[in-house]
Amino acid sequence: MSSYEARFRVWRGDVDGGGLEDFRVEVNDGEVVLDIIHRLQATQAPDLAVRWNCKAGKCGSCSAEINGHPRLLCMTRMSVFDREETITVTPLRAFPVIRDLVTDVGFNYTKARQVPAFVPPAGVGPGEYRMTQEDVDRSQEFRKCIECFLCQDTCHVVRDHEENKQAFAGPRFLMRVAELDMHPLDAAEESGLDRKRTAQDEHGLGYCNITKCCTEVCPEGIKITDNALIPLKERAVDRKYDPLVWLGNKIRRRS
Amino acid sequence: MSVVDRQKWDVVVVGAGGAGLRAAIEARERGARTAVICKSLFGKAHTVMAEGGIAAAMGNVNSGDNWQVHFRDTMRGGKFLNQWRMAELHAQEAPQRVWELETWGALFDRTKDGRISQRNFGGHEYPRLAHVGDRTGLELIRTLQQKIVALQQEDFAETGDYESRLKVFQECTVTRVLKDGDEVSGVFGYERESGRFFVLEAPAVVIATGGIGKSFKVTSNSWEYTGDGHALALLAGAPLLNMEFVQFHPTGMVWPPSVKGILVTESVRGDGGVLRNSEGKRFMFDYVPDVFKEKYAQSEEEADRWYDDPDHNRRPPELLPRDEVARAINAEVKAGRGSPHGGVFLDVSTRMPAEVVKRRLPSMYHQFKELADVDITAEPMEVGPTCHYVMGGIAVDSDSAAARGVPGLFAAGEVAGGMHGSNRLGGNSLSDLLVFGRRAGWHAADHALARTGARPHADDAQVDAAAAEALRPFSAEGEEPADGPPENPYTLHQELQQTMNDLVGIIRREHEMRQALEKLAELRARARRAGVEGHRQFNPGWHLALDLRNMLLVSECVARAALERTESRGGHTREDHAAMDRAWRNVNLLCSPTDPAGGFAAADAVRGQITLTRETTEPIRPDLLALFEKEELVKYLAEEELYE
Amino acid sequence: MATGTEPPATEPEHRGGVRSGTRAAISASHLRTDRWWLAPAVTAAGLLAFVVYSTWRAFADADYYAAPYVSPFYSPCLAENCEPMRGGPNWELFGSWWGISPAIIILIFPLGFRLTCYYYRKAYYRSFWASPPACAVAEPHAKYTGETRFPLILQNVHRYFFYAALLVACVLTWDTVLAFRDENYAWGHMGLGTLVFLVNIVLIWAYTLSCHSCRHIVGGKLKHFSKHPVRYRMWQWVGRLNARHMQLAWASLISVAAADFYVYLVASGVFDDPRFF
Repeated sequence: MSSYEARFRVWRGDVDGGGLEDFRVEVNDGEVVLDIIHRLQATQAPDLAVRWNCKAGKCGSCSAEINGHPRLLCMTRMSVFDREETITVTPLRAFPVIRDLVTDVGFNYTKARQVPAFVPPAGVGPGEYRMTQEDVDRSQEFRKCIECFLCQDTCHVVRDHEENKQAFAGPRFLMRVAELDMHPLDAAEESGLDRKRTAQDEHGLGYCNITKCCTEVCPEGIKITDNALIPLKERAVDRKYDPLVWLGNKIRRRS
Repeated sequence: MSVVDRQKWDVVVVGAGGAGLRAAIEARERGARTAVICKSLFGKAHTVMAEGGIAAAMGNVNSGDNWQVHFRDTMRGGKFLNQWRMAELHAQEAPQRVWELETWGALFDRTKDGRISQRNFGGHEYPRLAHVGDRTGLELIRTLQQKIVALQQEDFAETGDYESRLKVFQECTVTRVLKDGDEVSGVFGYERESGRFFVLEAPAVVIATGGIGKSFKVTSNSWEYTGDGHALALLAGAPLLNMEFVQFHPTGMVWPPSVKGILVTESVRGDGGVLRNSEGKRFMFDYVPDVFKEKYAQSEEEADRWYDDPDHNRRPPELLPRDEVARAINAEVKAGRGSPHGGVFLDVSTRMPAEVVKRRLPSMYHQFKELADVDITAEPMEVGPTCHYVMGGIAVDSDSAAARGVPGLFAAGEVAGGMHGSNRLGGNSLSDLLVFGRRAGWHAADHALARTGARPHADDAQVDAAAAEALRPFSAEGEEPADGPPENPYTLHQELQQTMNDLVGIIRREHEMRQALEKLAELRARARRAGVEGHRQFNPGWHLALDLRNMLLVSECVARAALERTESRGGHTREDHAAMDRAWRNVNLLCSPTDPAGGFAAADAVRGQITLTRETTEPIRPDLLALFEKEELVKYLAEEELYE
Repeated sequence: MATGTEPPATEPEHRGGVRSGTRAAISASHLRTDRWWLAPAVTAAGLLAFVVYSTWRAFADADYYAAPYVSPFYSPCLAENCEPMRGGPNWELFGSWWGISPAIIILIFPLGFRLTCYYYRKAYYRSFWASPPACAVAEPHAKYTGETRFPLILQNVHRYFFYAALLVACVLTWDTVLAFRDENYAWGHMGLGTLVFLVNIVLIWAYTLSCHSCRHIVGGKLKHFSKHPVRYRMWQWVGRLNARHMQLAWASLISVAAADFYVYLVASGVFDDPRFF
C-alpha cells in the first residue's frame, strides 16, 4: 500500500461564474477519481457538488471531464495518471452548469421523449413473443447504454453549437432510433411511422459527420458510430436517396 | 414560512427504481394522476445494479418449473418466515410481469426456439432467471423508464402536455410523509438542485425507496440506500417488520479498498464459477446444512455433472442460498484460509474458455479489468461478503401492499417487508419489484380515486415543522453551544457505518449489539449537531446530514430486532444462538416509534426511539403447506403448527 | 421544478459552444493535456502526401505501363491515347477527343468512393476541416450544419461509388491476373511486380468489401437475420472486415500508390522488374 499527495484542480461555481480551484489531496492504492472527489468532500469541501450513484460504472451518473476528456469519475483509475501531474476535473461542458461538477442534463430527457416508443405488434400477446438471439443481438448492444450522456457531451454538433440542440437528438437518441428500427418485433412501420425517414427528418441524423467521438468516449464500449449511426444513415439512404431501392420496392409491390 | 410550492396529485410514488416505476405505470394506467419522486436522475436507480436476472417460473428452459416450485424455493430460502401470501402471489404473477416487459420493448436473452432464456441461480430448483447477460437490472429500469416515456407521449398527443398525468420529479428527496389525522395527505421534500422545498398533496403515497445498505461500511449499495422509506413510514406511524434480517451477499469485491463491497453477480456461480480457499479446496461441500443435505451434491464430480445434466445430478453447493454461502466464506476467512486481501477465491478462469466468460459475464469481466486490474478469464477473483439487501421493511398487506395503520400509505420493493422472510433468493428481488410494484400502484390508484369528497389536507403547521427540521443543519452552529461544536456529517456517517459493520454485521453477539445501541444513542445526540457549510443549492453535505436521521432510525431497528431474536435464521446469525429455533418460525418482530410525537432524538440507549413488539404470524394455508414433504416441514415448523 | 423534466424554456436564439451561455465558465477551449493534435496532423500529412503524389501521377500521362504491369491509376484505360496493352485493360470507349491523361476518366470512381467513405469522411473532417479537430476540443467554426445540406448531403451517394468501386476492383483483379505473364505476354510467369499487385488487390478487395454500405447491402438492412441465414453469415463476415475499415483504408491507399510507383519505376527504366520464373 502506498499513498501520495496528488494535485487536483476542480471547477467550482455555478451558472453565475466560477473557476478552477486547487487542492492537494491524499491518494491510496487502487483508488479512482471519484474516491478523491469524495475525500475532498469529507475533508476539505463538504459542499462540493457531484453526482454519483453506483460507483461501479453501471448507472452513468458521475460523468464529468477529466483533463479535458469526458469520462466517468468512478471508472477512471488514479493509476493512469502520473503522480506529478495536476488532474483537472470539470463538469460536462456541453450542458448548462448547475453547481460545481453537476450539470443540467435535461436536454437528454427532452430528446428521449421525442423518439416514439416501441410499437408492440398487433395480435401478439404477452408471453407469445418469439425472437431469435441473432435478431436481438444488435438492439441488445445498444441497450447496454447506461445513459451517462458522455456521447452527447462530446458530440461537437451540440457541444460547439448550442443552436443545433433543437434539431439534433445526439448519438444516444439516434442510437435509440436505430435500436427500435432493428428490434425484430417493432411494428412502427405497420402503424405508419417510418423510423428510417424520421431519423433524418426529425432527429437530425444529417448533422452527424461520423467523426466517432461518441464511440471513443462510450464507457460501455458500444460501437455507436459503426453499428448504430452509420447503419441508420444507410437506412435513411434506402428511403430517400436510392432510386434502385425505390424501384425494387415498386416492382415487388406490383408482383 | 409555509410559502412552499404545493401541487395536487392522485398518487405520489417515492422512489423511481423498479418498484416505484412499475407502481407509477400501473397507477397512471388505472387513471390516477401520478407523480414520481426520485433522489437521482430518472433511470439511475439502484435497480441497475441487479445483474443476475428476474426469477419467474415460465418453464422455458426446464418445463418442470411452475409457480408451486418457485413458491417452495422462496419459502425454503426464507426459512419459512416469509409472508406466505406474498410468496404465493409473487410466484404466480412473476411470469406475467416478465412477459409484459417484452410488450414494452425489453429484449431478454433468447432460447433456441426464440423464447426468453432462463439461467440457474442459488436456491432455485430450475433455471428460472430471465436475464440479459449480466445487466438485467439495467434492462428492467430502462424498459420501465421507456414505458413511462411512452405513456407521457400518449398524454402529450391527447393533452399537449407530456406531464399532465405522469410526472417524474428528478433529484428530489422526500423528508416527511404528511398526514391529515390518521390518513396520508401528501409528502414534503426538497429539490436537490435548488434546495427549495415543495409539497405534493395526494391521498395515496407509495413508498418504493429501496434499502438501507449505506448504514454499513462494506456494502454493494449506492449512496441513495439510506433507509429513507423505512424512516418515512416509521415517522408516519407505520411499523417495520423483521428488520434484523439483512442479507450479506457472499460475493462482493474485496480489493482494491475503494471498491470493496461492489457486487460480483451470483451468475458467476450459476454459470459454473467455484469457490476455493487459499489451500485450493472447494470448501462449500463442508458447509451444506442439514435442511439442504438431500438437494446438493456431495462430491465435486457430481456437482460438475450437474451443469450438463441437471435432471440426474444434484446441484453444486456453491449455489446454496446466499446466507449459507456468506457464512461459509466468513468462516473460511476466520479460520485463516482466506485470500491475500481477506476474501476467498471465485474462479471461472479454469472452468470456461475466455470467450464464454466474456460473452456470459461481460460486465463482470469489465468491472474486474477496469477496477481491480484482474483478468477473470485468466485468474480467480477475490470475493467476500458485502451488505446487499434488507429483507425486513414496512409491514404491508400481502394483496394490496398497503402499509399497516396508515390509510393511504403503500410500500413495494425492498422497502416492504415480509416477502422474502429471513433470506431472499437471488433473482427474486426483480420479480418482487414488478409484482408488488404493480399491486401497490393499483391499490394506491383505487384508494385515491375512491375518494370523491374532500381530500385529506396537509396543514401548514406540519409543513413548517418539516421545513424547520430540514433547515436545522444550517443553524447547528451557535445553537446550544454547551453541547459542543458542530459535527461533520461525513464523520458521523463513517462512524455509523463502522459501528453497524463491526457490531451488527454478518455474525452477531449480544454484547456487541448492546454496544452498538449505545454508540447509536451517542451518534443520535451528535447528529443533532450535524452542521453544514455553504448554501442550499446542490449541497451534498446538507443532504447527508438529512439522511443521517433515517440511517440512525433504521440502524436502531436492525440492532434492536437482532438483539431480540435469539436464534440464527437466514440473514440473521447469532454466535450465541447458533441454531435455528422452530419456536421463532412464526414470530414477527415489529418496530414502531417509541414516541410518535417526539423529536426522535432520545439519547437513552436502553429506551431509544424504537419499541419492539412480537407478533405471531398467520398460519400457512393448508394447500400451500401440502406442497412440501412432511419430513421437510418437520425441520422448520413447530410441533403445534404441524398438527393444527 | 427539478432537473429539466420540462422542455427547456424557449431560449433566445443562443449560439456558440463550450465558452458560451450557461455552460461552466472555463476560458480554455479545451483542457486536454495529451497530444491530441498528433492524430489529425498525421492524418492530414498522410492524405496530403497521397493527394500530391496521385495528382502528379494522374496528370503525368506517362510511365504507367510496363508490360505486363499497368498502373492501377490508369486501369481501365478508356481513351484512344492510352498506351497499347495486350489483353487489356484498355478499351477505347472515349475515342480520340479525350486529350488529357486517361487516368482522369477512371480515377473519379475510386476517388469518389474514398471521398464519400465513412472512414475518410471522419479523417478529413477532423484533420482538414477541424470539425472537430479532436474529441472535446472546440471546433473553430461559428456555424455547423453537418451533412444536412448541399454539398455534403451528397455524401449519401456513397453506395453508388461502392458499386463502381466493385467494378474497378474487378478490373484491377484482371490486371493482377495479367501480371502473371512476362514482358512478352507469355503466361505462367511471376516477378516482384506480380507480388506487389497481389498484395494490392487483396487490400483493395478487403477495403472495398469492408465498406459500411456493403455491410448494409449484404445484410445490415434486414430486420430478421434468422430468416436469411446466408446473408446473416455474409453480414457477420463483412462486419469483421468492417471493424478494420480504417486500417484497410490506409493499407490499400498505400498499396495502390506503391503499385503505381512500382510500375513507374519499371516503366521509366529506373530498374528492371526482378523475375522469379
